[in-house]
Amino acid sequence: MTQPVAIDVERLEKTFRIPEHRVQTLKERALHPFRRTRYTELHVLQDVSFRIMRGEFFGILGRNGSGKSTLLKCLAGIYKADAGRIAVAGRLAPFIELGVGFNPDLTATENVTINAVMMGLTPAEARERFDDIIAFAELEDFVDLKLKNYSSGMQVRLAFATMAQSDADVMLIDEVLAVGDAAFQQKCFEVFDRLRAEGKTIVLVTHDLRLVERFCDRAMLIHDHRIDSVGDPDRVAQRYLDVNFVRALEGAEGGELGDDLAVLDVWIENDGEKTESLPFGATADLWADIEAAREIADPEIRIWVENEEGTRVFAASTVEFGRVVAPLLPGERHRLRVRFENRLVSDAYHVSALVRSRSQPARVSGVRNRAARFSVVGGEHVGGVFDIEHSLEFRIVEEKTRT
Amino acid sequence: MTTRDAAIGPQLREISGPSAFGGGGRRFLHLLWVIASTDFRLTYFGSALGYLWSLMRPLMLFGVLYLVFSEIVKFGDGITNYPVLLLFNIVLFSFFTEATQNCVTCVVQRESLVRKMHFPRLVIPLATTLTAVLNLSVNLIAVLIFLLVYGVDPEPTWLLLPALLAVLTAFTAAVGVTLSVLYVRFRDVQPIWMVVSTMLFYGTPVLYSIEFVPDGYRELVLANPLASLLELGRVWIVDPSAPTPAAVTGSSLFWLVPAGIVVAVVVLGLWRFNREAPRIAEEL
Repeated sequence: MTQPVAIDVERLEKTFRIPEHRVQTLKERALHPFRRTRYTELHVLQDVSFRIMRGEFFGILGRNGSGKSTLLKCLAGIYKADAGRIAVAGRLAPFIELGVGFNPDLTATENVTINAVMMGLTPAEARERFDDIIAFAELEDFVDLKLKNYSSGMQVRLAFATMAQSDADVMLIDEVLAVGDAAFQQKCFEVFDRLRAEGKTIVLVTHDLRLVERFCDRAMLIHDHRIDSVGDPDRVAQRYLDVNFVRALEGAEGGELGDDLAVLDVWIENDGEKTESLPFGATADLWADIEAAREIADPEIRIWVENEEGTRVFAASTVEFGRVVAPLLPGERHRLRVRFENRLVSDAYHVSALVRSRSQPARVSGVRNRAARFSVVGGEHVGGVFDIEHSLEFRIVEEKTRT
Repeated sequence: MTTRDAAIGPQLREISGPSAFGGGGRRFLHLLWVIASTDFRLTYFGSALGYLWSLMRPLMLFGVLYLVFSEIVKFGDGITNYPVLLLFNIVLFSFFTEATQNCVTCVVQRESLVRKMHFPRLVIPLATTLTAVLNLSVNLIAVLIFLLVYGVDPEPTWLLLPALLAVLTAFTAAVGVTLSVLYVRFRDVQPIWMVVSTMLFYGTPVLYSIEFVPDGYRELVLANPLASLLELGRVWIVDPSAPTPAAVTGSSLFWLVPAGIVVAVVVLGLWRFNREAPRIAEEL
């Protein structure tokens, strides 16, 4: 049997009309009764259709301004869609911002009651669950404290605990978890696991790729107000990097993303063989294939390695050693090789490559983010990122005469 | 959509976005009560003197007006039980101005809630009105004590007070609902309403009673639902011998005018709010 659908969105459209001159007062309206206000139309969501199954942990990725928050607000019933259809199975609890509706002058008890009623519980149910909520938020000692005296971490714990107890069938979560500390985040994800086991659906909106890769069953990338891709979280996260890393670099120039040059492929070899697992200490090659679609006179080709935490541990570029690369001509194919002695500690690594013009470094012609991955095996490492060749000596420097 | 086995879980339901009423009657009432009662408690326990402050306002206004019109201008001499009537009128009229003035900004003030939560939008102005109703009930206890201490004899017509309050509340709420949604679009509604409130205060028989109004203007004054309600209250509660609005206008059907205005304001307010509700979150 197929899983029942929890959220069904069909051809959703949302347009904001931004008035060029906003009539803010009755006076203006009275003085210019026939003046038509002109509007700039902002298509925030265009032709968005997707389905989320019951019990799924679904991630929505997208940059600020891509439309993901608007989508969330449409799902939560805060904005009205201009076209299309949204259907939700059961009750939906939005968790769109830290402590929504929390009143700083009220105590935790009163705030929890209001918030729970907002989420759809009755006041009696809210009171019943109060102890559980406080216990989960670990705020037993602060129940009668006014909320204005809470730290932001305490507030988000309280808000999250209320939502987790709200018994909703679908939960929408926007960013907020970033506020809590690591231990609390861990606790949140345990709750998510429990809720999913109970058949609840969770939709998480974030730009934290690691959260998506670690916890989501499926993910969706919203880019430029449309769905860019839906599917396997790793692939969607990869796509997010591809789309946005280029954007960030290119932004300063205001130009469009060049398709005149492309990084075709990136791979790793050990002893002349393609591999995804490198022994520690081996001599390895990073390869990238480049093909020009248009001439670029002054190119730089750069390749870099990131570890699982996203830290760039190593980078190499054609600009090193004062080398000047000949212009890339259309139709030609170029191959970059970086040979190195592998002193990386055992972990998983990602390799990315880009091509850009040296005279306009912000203009990236082609990029492949995390295009290849490898893991390092072997070697005895006690920590760190690199295992730099070293020696170790340990001896006694002051003897105590024993009797 | 095909209906499936209930054991599978909740069915898909289309969501239509924010509205004035949506979300079920029970949830509406729960929200209304929770918001209004916490707001009330906030004013009650908010400061050291708490509730005394909210009672002080009408009482101090009463004190000043009483001194002026009873001792200096000697205006109240012609009205039976003038001090009681004055206090009663001030408490009722303060309720109207407090509720409507708070309603003007209520939706905008709760912006964070409106922009982040899905709930029937009408709850906000109604909760603001309900908070004022709670205040009014406590103030009315003070009026009752004053009535008895002053020596007004209880009448069976006192039992009609809830009906009067119900109409007053409906009218107040409707005005508040209309103002709250207008303010989202037009920010000068607030100063305009301050002026209109003051005009209403003098245009309504609060300080005076209807007999002081020159003959030709009585109908005009009594067409204002607040005026008719205050005059009815005067007959029912303070002075059974006072002329009823029907007697003043000489028509037993005159009450249809203020009643019609109340109904019109209620209908217009709800219609307007209902029409704007889906877009309020975007307009803020």
